[in-house]
Amino acid sequence: MNKVMQLDDVVAGIEDGATIMFGGFLGVGSPLKSIEKIVAKGVKDLTVVSVVNSYPGGGFDLAPLFAKRQVKKFITAHTGTCPEAIEALKAGDLEIEFFPMGTWIEKIRAAGAGLGGVLTPIGLGTLVEEGKRHIEIDGRTYLIEMPLRADYAFIAGARADTSGNVEYRGVSLNSNPVIATAADFTVAEVNEIVPVGEIDPARVGTPCVFVKAVVQGHSPAEHQSIFERLWVNTGRLQAPATAA
Amino acid sequence: MESVIDPKDAIARRAAYELADGEIVNLGFGMPTAVANHIPPGVDVILQSENGCLMFGPTPRLGQQDADVANAGGQPITLLPGASIFDLATSFAIIRGGHVDTTILGALEVDQEGCIANWAMPVAPGKYSPGMGGAMDLVGGARKVVAVLQHTDKKGNSKVLKKCTLPVTGRGVLDRIITEKAVFDVTPNGLVLTEIAAGLTPDELKSMTDAEFSVSPDLCEYRLCA
Repeated sequence: MNKVMQLDDVVAGIEDGATIMFGGFLGVGSPLKSIEKIVAKGVKDLTVVSVVNSYPGGGFDLAPLFAKRQVKKFITAHTGTCPEAIEALKAGDLEIEFFPMGTWIEKIRAAGAGLGGVLTPIGLGTLVEEGKRHIEIDGRTYLIEMPLRADYAFIAGARADTSGNVEYRGVSLNSNPVIATAADFTVAEVNEIVPVGEIDPARVGTPCVFVKAVVQGHSPAEHQSIFERLWVNTGRLQAPATAA
Repeated sequence: MESVIDPKDAIARRAAYELADGEIVNLGFGMPTAVANHIPPGVDVILQSENGCLMFGPTPRLGQQDADVANAGGQPITLLPGASIFDLATSFAIIRGGHVDTTILGALEVDQEGCIANWAMPVAPGKYSPGMGGAMDLVGGARKVVAVLQHTDKKGNSKVLKKCTLPVTGRGVLDRIITEKAVFDVTPNGLVLTEIAAGLTPDELKSMTDAEFSVSPDLCEYRLCA
């Protein structure tokens, strides 16, 4: 089955009020083209689920969604890197629900894996436990954390075949393989789309069963140059000394 | 003169003594990141980044970077021989499951009951930023939890408290507290002063510390890694 779609056609189906998970960690392993299209479409009242927010300082990846006030609720572990989101939070335009990072990912894993929830000691004695059920097992207390799923999940990978098998590379897996399992409609944005059989089965990080659509992201060369520009412009990589 | 060392530099250099050869280590952002620059010779640790890698190395030179290789602070990094990569669920199985030997975390406040506050500043009533990230998992899961912070705020108020005033990251989770003036062990009987900055007496330290503490019989001068 060929799952390759035009990104415009995928994004056209997203309605106001949708719940959308985005893979990525401060921009790395983020579905950058998909985010751009969702910003351009202007859908609003979104519930966005992402483990952290934008690349530090904002202006990249998820930040424009907050700048344009398209997000009603943000479910995350950390938002401090995104000035646009903090501004919206202070203004009362944004609700944020924080979970410890390990709890955040397990809630999503539970949803994708058909589990009824997660028992975890993390967050006991903190604001995280407010309003949550506790359970005691063998003398230890745990919080009950409920599964978390979404209408859409947008994941980013290096390559996918046309049937939706996704290969990741580098330290860009982060939440992608897990969120892929926990949405009604999972979209894989990849740098390269290849024929079925091109990806070594041992290298498949997200099996095609979880993927509804494969869309073309930035090419591998564009992808590299976007991050080189970003990292040089923000002082994280030293630019070469210019010849006198 | 050791006394003119920048406080943050002193803290990073002292905290480096907390790491032992062969340990799996997670360093938080800010001061803890700088600890990596002062690890004593002969101590090889395996650094974990919570976005999903073990055994990472320094920032690459321009042209050697990879768009898909960065740490949990968004900083491009290199992967050393023996490195591994994994997803977030595995990364937090490592953290929460007790497989991290030592974590060193920055703190806004700590207290004499071993609580640490480092995730929530109120930005509006009932609204907090920046969020806990992986800190709650780290303080709950790591075998040794070290908090680093400056002893006082800009107004001179103690940040080593009887009881944290900000929302806590974890209760009773700390093993050690390191400021630029002192090192405390956190014990079931409260804080024990084990090292003190050169030129400072325990009584002087008490006058600038809100928390109560006892003085170790083995009290020594504050140590600094190179």
